[in-house]
Amino acid sequence: MRKIAIYGKGGIGKSTTTQNTVAGLAEMGKKVMVVGCDPKADSTRLLLGGLAQKTVLDTLREEGEDIDLEDIVKPGYGGTRCVESGGPEPGVGCAGRGIITSITMLEQLGAYNADKQLDYAFYDVLGDVVCGGFAMPIRDGKAQEIYIVVSGEMMAMYAANNICKGIVKYADTGGVRLGGLICNSRKVDNEKEMIQQFAKQLGTQMIHFVPRENMVQRAEINRKTVIDYEPTHPQADEYRTLARNIENNQMFVIPKPLEIEELEKLLIDFGIV
Amino acid sequence: MSNKEKLPETTAMLADILKSYPPKVARKRSKSMVVNDPETIPEIQANVRTIPGIITQRGCCYAGCKGVVLGPTRDIVNITHGPIGCGFYSWLTRRNQTRPDADGENYMPYCFSTDMQDDNIVFGGEKKLKLAIQEAYDLFHPKAIAVFSTCPVGLIGDDVHAAAKEMKEKFGDCNVFAFSCEGYKGVSQSAGHHIANNQIFKHVIGRNSKKVKGKFKINMLGEYNIGGDAFELERILEKCGITLVSTFSGNSTITKFEQAHMADLNTVMCHRSINYVADMLEKKYGIPWIKVNFIGAEASAKSLRKIAQYFDDEELKNKVEEVIAEEMAEVTAVAAAVKPRTEGKLAMMFVGGSRAHHYQELFSEIGMKTIAAGYEFAHRDDYEGRRVIPNIQVDADSRNIEELHIEADAKEYLARKTPEELAKLEKEGFTFHDYEGMMAEMAKGTLVIDDISHHEMEKLIEAYKPAVFCAGIKEKYCVQKMGVPLKQLHSYDYSGPYAGFQGAINFYKEIDRMAGSKVWSLIRPPWQNSPELFAEMADA
Repeated sequence: MRKIAIYGKGGIGKSTTTQNTVAGLAEMGKKVMVVGCDPKADSTRLLLGGLAQKTVLDTLREEGEDIDLEDIVKPGYGGTRCVESGGPEPGVGCAGRGIITSITMLEQLGAYNADKQLDYAFYDVLGDVVCGGFAMPIRDGKAQEIYIVVSGEMMAMYAANNICKGIVKYADTGGVRLGGLICNSRKVDNEKEMIQQFAKQLGTQMIHFVPRENMVQRAEINRKTVIDYEPTHPQADEYRTLARNIENNQMFVIPKPLEIEELEKLLIDFGIV
Repeated sequence: MSNKEKLPETTAMLADILKSYPPKVARKRSKSMVVNDPETIPEIQANVRTIPGIITQRGCCYAGCKGVVLGPTRDIVNITHGPIGCGFYSWLTRRNQTRPDADGENYMPYCFSTDMQDDNIVFGGEKKLKLAIQEAYDLFHPKAIAVFSTCPVGLIGDDVHAAAKEMKEKFGDCNVFAFSCEGYKGVSQSAGHHIANNQIFKHVIGRNSKKVKGKFKINMLGEYNIGGDAFELERILEKCGITLVSTFSGNSTITKFEQAHMADLNTVMCHRSINYVADMLEKKYGIPWIKVNFIGAEASAKSLRKIAQYFDDEELKNKVEEVIAEEMAEVTAVAAAVKPRTEGKLAMMFVGGSRAHHYQELFSEIGMKTIAAGYEFAHRDDYEGRRVIPNIQVDADSRNIEELHIEADAKEYLARKTPEELAKLEKEGFTFHDYEGMMAEMAKGTLVIDDISHHEMEKLIEAYKPAVFCAGIKEKYCVQKMGVPLKQLHSYDYSGPYAGFQGAINFYKEIDRMAGSKVWSLIRPPWQNSPELFAEMADA
């Protein structure tokens, strides 16, 4: 089983990209589990056709310690297994601690055991690696591969660079590696070339360039992935390609995060035409 | 060791202690270790961060707030908001005693905690806190409930003050207030004292302006009734005809706290832990404060005379002299009986923020010399005197703690003395809102060490072999294994009181017993001194 965590700046399209890609993998016949690590619990909405998911932490709170895996793992599109870790409402408690509790609980319940015959486990993690809790998926080898969703916007690249620092921190102890950057296009000038260069400087690759397409939004309104909603649309093929690239990926590296000056130079070189 | 043997010279001693440290640590520690000169009073580094790994005596901010200042209060339900350990291990460990009134209200035998679980950390603990406050209210209907924040509460950002305010408004007849005294704040428990002082002043003092009967009304600040100290002081003051309005916080009640502004003089015992309240009471209500010390019979007599002099009343002055004469008869007799055995022996004390100073009085009354002393959590003013306060550098750790801005109360402010009266007292040698500190009263050439480390403690004991070492439970058994008796000055072990005249008698007898015991020479088993078998490692 390959354990993959998806990181990236808040609002960059991590959950959308993850679910669409997972749909591609499912279509290829892969067995995939998706673990949403966001208190909003919206990481599996497109695979489940809605938000009707009880989170690990809610279940833990209501049922106590005595819970079954089936209480928290729901079947979604194409036989995917969907889990939401959940967390507190905005402004209270500690969401990071919640993720630690929830992932530990999943392990104890045997969610990753061989009998589940999983090909992939995907962690979809909220925003930046703000604290130890959100770094949980890359600690102790819980995820071995990281893909960072990025666009040509400056703050998205900043965030990606920061996440690389987090990966470096845990690369030795947890064995985590960067698998590549997924460029979720915002139609910024020279976006594809810039992210390719950014990836090169980080020592990794741009694993796919996902063009901006309104079909993604339309599918989302219908609570579906593009592959599920409009399987023949060209955008569905983009996600199929991304899924295939991940399936065939051989390039796993410890990234070399950029100095701020290097990052800004990159933006100036490519951004100002 | 008999004192006729030559003791290591203190300057050389300090150099020897510092030798084992890495250069950076040695540089930092050297500023906290000085050879005293009461004439010039050298500068000492204090109230700075402890060097990790050094084995400090210090406690945390929560310990200072909940354990020290509010711990001795009997009719406030003190709830620790946090995991169970913080509440349980700060419960009654200082042996604060209390004597409930006829109403029987006494919550000290209870340990209240919200017992936070993983779940409360993730989802926030405010709801559980409010439930706990409600439960305490329903069970006991106390006059007041206080909430103490532990580290995780600060990390997850529970708004304990909003919760307290909401419950206070809901109840209407119960004062609920909270302390942001998370353990990680400040460099020691001293931060917790300040936070406790601020909240007590904001939420409690001045709420009850009912007249207090009595001609000579004082508050006792920084007296925590360890081993019954406050009972002895209450006895003495009553005998003199002095009315004790409120004690912060030994054997105290919340009602007395609320009436504290009705007193005409504040007497400060532990300067470090409570001087903030003394200052604020003076600014807001016009009550002057003086430093007193009731540890030591002579010191107690001096403090009583100071109080009588302040009130400038012949009858009181005569009564005080009469009480002193009466009390001192027994004290002098016991001291005289003990002294031949204790005279010339050495003591060391590393404890608290005023105790290491005050207890030197008691030792000197039986002829014992304090060769080295230091505080755990004091600031420079507790060593060098308040005159250095303007020169103390305020660092980030101290800036973290709220500084209340106090102005004179429009209604309640009343200058207790006219400027002429104050001038007259000052001319007579009276000093208001002042504390000269420990170093002014320690002999030339003695050692003063702040936040002593375990290594430093061992070196001192090896070099000077004191007859008695005074510290706390964390040091007790290490020191005793070195063959030196240790007197705990946080909890008094199982003894006390040591304050006032009867307390002095107790202390003389206790120290005589400890310093004279032969048992300490037997700590090293005979086979270690003269082994029957010797062995050496064979060369490889």
